[in-house]
Amino acid sequence: MSALSNAVNKIITSRESTIDNSAAPVNEDLPKEHPMTEKAYLEVSHTSIEFPTKKGPFKALDDVNLKIDKGEFISLIGHSGCGKSTVLNIIAGLLQATEGGVILEGREVNEPGPDRAVVFQNHSLLPWLTVYQNVELAVKQVFRGKKTKAEMAEWIEHNLELVHMSHALHKRPSEISGGMKQRVGIARALAMQPKVLLMDEPFGALDALTRAHLQDSLMEIQKDLQNTVVMITHDVDEAVLLSDRIVMMTNGPEATIGEVLEVKLDRPRNRVELADDSEYNRYRSEVLKFLYERQRKPEEKVA
Amino acid sequence: MKAKIINFLETSGFSWSVPMVRLAAGESPREQCQELFSLLGLPIIAVAIFLLMWGGVATQVNTSLGQLPGPTQVWQQATTLYDEHVEEREKEVAFHERQELRNAKKLEKNPDAEIKVRPYTGKATFFDQILTSLLTVFTGFLMATIIAIPIGIACGLSDRLYTAVSPLIQIFKPISPLAWLPIVTMVVSAVYVSDDPMFEKAFITSAITVMLCSLWPTLINTAVGVASIDRDLINVGRVIRLHWTAQVFKVALPAALPMIFTGLRISLGIGWMVLIAAEMLAQNPGLGKFVWDEFQNGSSDSLGRIMVAVLTIGIIGFILDWFMVTLQKLFSHDPNASIR
Repeated sequence: MSALSNAVNKIITSRESTIDNSAAPVNEDLPKEHPMTEKAYLEVSHTSIEFPTKKGPFKALDDVNLKIDKGEFISLIGHSGCGKSTVLNIIAGLLQATEGGVILEGREVNEPGPDRAVVFQNHSLLPWLTVYQNVELAVKQVFRGKKTKAEMAEWIEHNLELVHMSHALHKRPSEISGGMKQRVGIARALAMQPKVLLMDEPFGALDALTRAHLQDSLMEIQKDLQNTVVMITHDVDEAVLLSDRIVMMTNGPEATIGEVLEVKLDRPRNRVELADDSEYNRYRSEVLKFLYERQRKPEEKVA
Repeated sequence: MKAKIINFLETSGFSWSVPMVRLAAGESPREQCQELFSLLGLPIIAVAIFLLMWGGVATQVNTSLGQLPGPTQVWQQATTLYDEHVEEREKEVAFHERQELRNAKKLEKNPDAEIKVRPYTGKATFFDQILTSLLTVFTGFLMATIIAIPIGIACGLSDRLYTAVSPLIQIFKPISPLAWLPIVTMVVSAVYVSDDPMFEKAFITSAITVMLCSLWPTLINTAVGVASIDRDLINVGRVIRLHWTAQVFKVALPAALPMIFTGLRISLGIGWMVLIAAEMLAQNPGLGKFVWDEFQNGSSDSLGRIMVAVLTIGIIGFILDWFMVTLQKLFSHDPNASIR
């Protein structure tokens, strides 16, 4: 019972903070997903991107607007090729927007940096380094001059402990399973102590059971660390289970944000209990409707 | 323990001896014997058949220098060459003893006498020539590596540079060492002028010719290896804001190492082949010169001695390749990759 009331309190306080942030008067009609605040923690503002091709410029994204609060977990969902990864790469600074830009804590960001750590889809661990060394490479770079050697070692071990990889510190990526590699990838990103954690289909390449395990681990970590997360996914269940808000993208070219769905399920969330939960299933079907009724893949429309 | 030994033997290219280790450890003798037969027995049978055929064919071919030597004659020449080597070494020792004795006597008569210590100048034996060849090939190979890897990395990192340099690479790559040699000889004799040269000109000429020919595989493989690094690995470096030198040495270079070693292996193989031809023409006192001198000599033993040199060239080439494969295996990130 107390857990439930705690959760409710949390939602209320988070709502209040949203209202606090906005200078606007309390207004029930205000769209909740777009709090009219100028002080969003992370803001993607009027962002478009064009890629030069032989047939002239190709506009992949058109006027993407997104405001994310501190500690929020956002999922980006959409059909493949709709530009989800492009949005993430722009936030990460790996791609430069043609128009608009990204503002993090009031400052524009346009180059990559450890404050926006990325978890890549295929783990991207350096294969010649051990698990420990992979995290060490990032920690040494980010905390140079800020932590002593002993503190760094402790910090590396702490982060690998978080993802339950302490048993394989000195193994190489080729000696551990795909799920474990992704855990190490997450540990490496967390170890950078990022302001925003960016995840590019982090569990996309894993089998369903491993994926479920990792999702549970991620929720557990998230409960303690309260990171701001932007995650790309094409898995509807994953989006509903993990997110505070689901951002649904229209099909490209000139893709943009179609709808934003706020997921007001209590935390901690349990996948087994939620399976029969009517609220959960309502969110799920809303995302499915968006993806398969309003935004069918173009080739399917032709057929 | 057993697993460690087996792993060591497999990476170092002695996988044929693995069944012996397993046998010694008492693993199913029947299976291991079969394994041993297929790994060791089959090659031995193939070599035996080859020797028989060689012996048979050789007696049918008559040249102006007598019959083509069969395996037995070649073996005889090999032992002769070894004996000559031992004899020459004994002569050298005797020479030094005589010299010391003479100098000691001189000093006895007159403690202020000027004594001379002269180096031994006997003829180079077959084994000396092998050493010269190895020294030359490694000098050329090392120079090629030092030039090729940095250029390769630069080409791999920058598409524009690669586009610019590519035609040059494609034009210089197929040039035969024999075509380079006259130019290299002339340039070396013009540029390398010194009263007390550290190296012989023939040595430098041969080494540079080896370098010119063994440059390309390493360069191309390095460029391709660096260019085909997973984009995400580069992005990891960008996210943690690695300095570009760290990006090269901590990400690009290790990621491309397996490809670089493939290139180095091909380069060393080419270098060894080129060397023999270069030595023949440049008169560098190595195996190539040995073959040429024996050919000019034209005694009835010559063909046999040349055949010994030919087989030695092959065996050394095989050992060099085996050495590079071992390195390649050590630096490969994928333990399942089969490297042949």
